[in-house]
Amino acid sequence: MATTAAPAGGSRNGAGPEWGGFEENIQGGGSAVIDMENMDDTSGSSFEDMGELHQRLREEEVDADAAAAEEEDGEFLGMKGFKGQLSRQVADQMWQAGKRQASRAFSLYANIDILRPYFDVEPAQVRSRLLESMIPIKMVNFPQKIAGELYGPLMLVFTLVAILLHGMKTSDTIIREGTLMGTAIGTCFGYWLGVSSFIYFLAYLCNAQITMLQMLALLGYGLFGHCIVLFITYNIHLHALFYLFWLLVGGLSTLRMVAVLVSRTVGPTQRLLLCGTLAALHMLFLLYLHFAYHKVVEGILDTLEGPNVPPMQRVPRDIPAMLPAARLPTTVLNTTAKAVAVALQSH
Amino acid sequence: MAEAAESPGDRGRASPRPLMRDLKAVGKKFMHVLYPRKSNTLLRDWDLWGPLILCVTLALMLQRGSADSEKDGGPQFAEVFVIVWFGAVTITLNSKLLGGNISFFQSLCVLGYCILPLTVAMLVCRLVLLAEPGPVNFMVRLFVVIVMFAWSIAASTAFLADSQPPNRKALAVYPVFLFYFVISWMILTFTPQ
Repeated sequence: MATTAAPAGGSRNGAGPEWGGFEENIQGGGSAVIDMENMDDTSGSSFEDMGELHQRLREEEVDADAAAAEEEDGEFLGMKGFKGQLSRQVADQMWQAGKRQASRAFSLYANIDILRPYFDVEPAQVRSRLLESMIPIKMVNFPQKIAGELYGPLMLVFTLVAILLHGMKTSDTIIREGTLMGTAIGTCFGYWLGVSSFIYFLAYLCNAQITMLQMLALLGYGLFGHCIVLFITYNIHLHALFYLFWLLVGGLSTLRMVAVLVSRTVGPTQRLLLCGTLAALHMLFLLYLHFAYHKVVEGILDTLEGPNVPPMQRVPRDIPAMLPAARLPTTVLNTTAKAVAVALQSH
Repeated sequence: MAEAAESPGDRGRASPRPLMRDLKAVGKKFMHVLYPRKSNTLLRDWDLWGPLILCVTLALMLQRGSADSEKDGGPQFAEVFVIVWFGAVTITLNSKLLGGNISFFQSLCVLGYCILPLTVAMLVCRLVLLAEPGPVNFMVRLFVVIVMFAWSIAASTAFLADSQPPNRKALAVYPVFLFYFVISWMILTFTPQ
C-alpha cells in the first residue's frame, strides 16, 4: 500500500484525472467488502437527504442571522454587545454540536437500508412460497432451505390483523374500534415475534441449525394457513367446519414447519421437544383465535358497556353444533347476515 | 434518482405565503384525488396539510357522541390518528424497502390525500345513519363504503405505481389495500350511540 500511496500523494499537485480517481478510491475505504449501507448513496432514505438539506439550509440561515445580529450588537451596544456576542456564540456552538450529534445518531439508527435485502422479492416468489407453506416435504435427511425474507411474513401478519377485525364486524354491536384494533395488532404481532423468539431459543438449546430471520420467515409463512381458516370460518360459522379446517389446513402448515425443523435438528429428543412445542403452540393459537378471542372481545365489550346494553343488540357468536337441518340456512351465517336474513324472512 | 429536491421548507424564507394560495393548492390536490389521472402534482409539490385536515375530520366523525362518558371520546380520536399515520408510515417504509424511488413525505402525502373518498363515505354514512336503522340502511352504507374504498385504492395506485419497479407493483399495492380496508372497516362499523 505504501507504493501505491506514494504516487497518489505525489501526484496530488500534478495530476491527471486518472490519478485523482485512484486517490478517491483509496480515500473511500480500501476494503474489498462492499458495505451495504454505503453502497447506494442516492437511493438511501431520502428522509435523511431531506433532513440534511434542511439542516444545511437552516445552519446557513442561523449563521447568517447570527452574523447579522453580531454586527448590530457590535455597532450599537458596545461592551454589553460584546458580552451578548460571547454568550450567543457559546450557545450557537453548543446548539450546532448537539444538532450534529443528533443527526449522526439519527442517520445511524434510522438507516432502513439494513432491512432492504430482506424485502428483495418478486410477486411470483411470494406466491410460490405461500403455496409451499401448505405442502409438507418428506425429505428430512438434509436441511431444507428456508427463504430469509420478511415481506411475506409481515404482510401475512397484517392480513391476519385485518381478518380478525373483519370477524368482529357486525352491524348492531357497538364496537370500540380502537381497543379492538390494539388487541388485534398486539395479538398477531405478539404471536409472530414472541413465539419465533421462543422457538429460536429452544432451537439454540437443541442445537438446531436455524437463524432468527429464518425462524421469523418460517412462522410468518405458517400463518397463511391461519388466515385461510379464519377467513372462511368467520363467514360460515359452523363448529364442525371449523374443526375440519383446523385439522386439515392448520395441520398441513404445522406439518410443513415441523418437517423443516426436523430436517435441521439432530437427535430424537431434541426433535421431539422443538417440533412438539411448535406444533402445540401453532395449533392452539388457531383454536384461541377462533374461540377465546371472541370471549376476550366480548369481555372488553362487557367492561366498556356495562349494564347499559339492550338485550337485542349483542348476539352471541357461538352457535351450537347440533342444529335441525331446516334452520341451518339462517343460523350458519354470522350476525350481520343473520340480521338481513331475519328481516327478509319477516317480509 | 427521481426524488423531488424542492421542498415546502424553503418557502418560508420569502414573504409569508398567503393563506389562499395554500388552500388553493390543497383544493387542487383534492380534485386530483377525486379524478385520478396520471399526473405528478401530488408528488411534485407534496404537502401534509390535506392529510392532516382529512385525518382530523375522519377522527372527529368517528368519535362517539357525548352520550358516552368523556373518557371514550379522547382515546378514539387518538386511535384513529395513530392508525392512519402509522399505517401510512409502514406502507411508505415498505415501498421504499421494495426498491421504490419515492421519498418518504411524498408517499405520506399521497396516502393521506387518498383518504378523501373514504372521508366522503364517512359523511354519507353519517347522513344515512340519521334514517332508521335496518338491513337496508346497512346495505346502502356497505355499498357506499365499498365504492369509496375502490376509489381510494385506484387513486393511490395511479400515483404510487409509477414509483415502483414494474414487476413489484403488486407487492407495493397490497399493503395499501389492507390499510384502506382497515379504515373502511372502521367507517362501516361506526354506529353513533
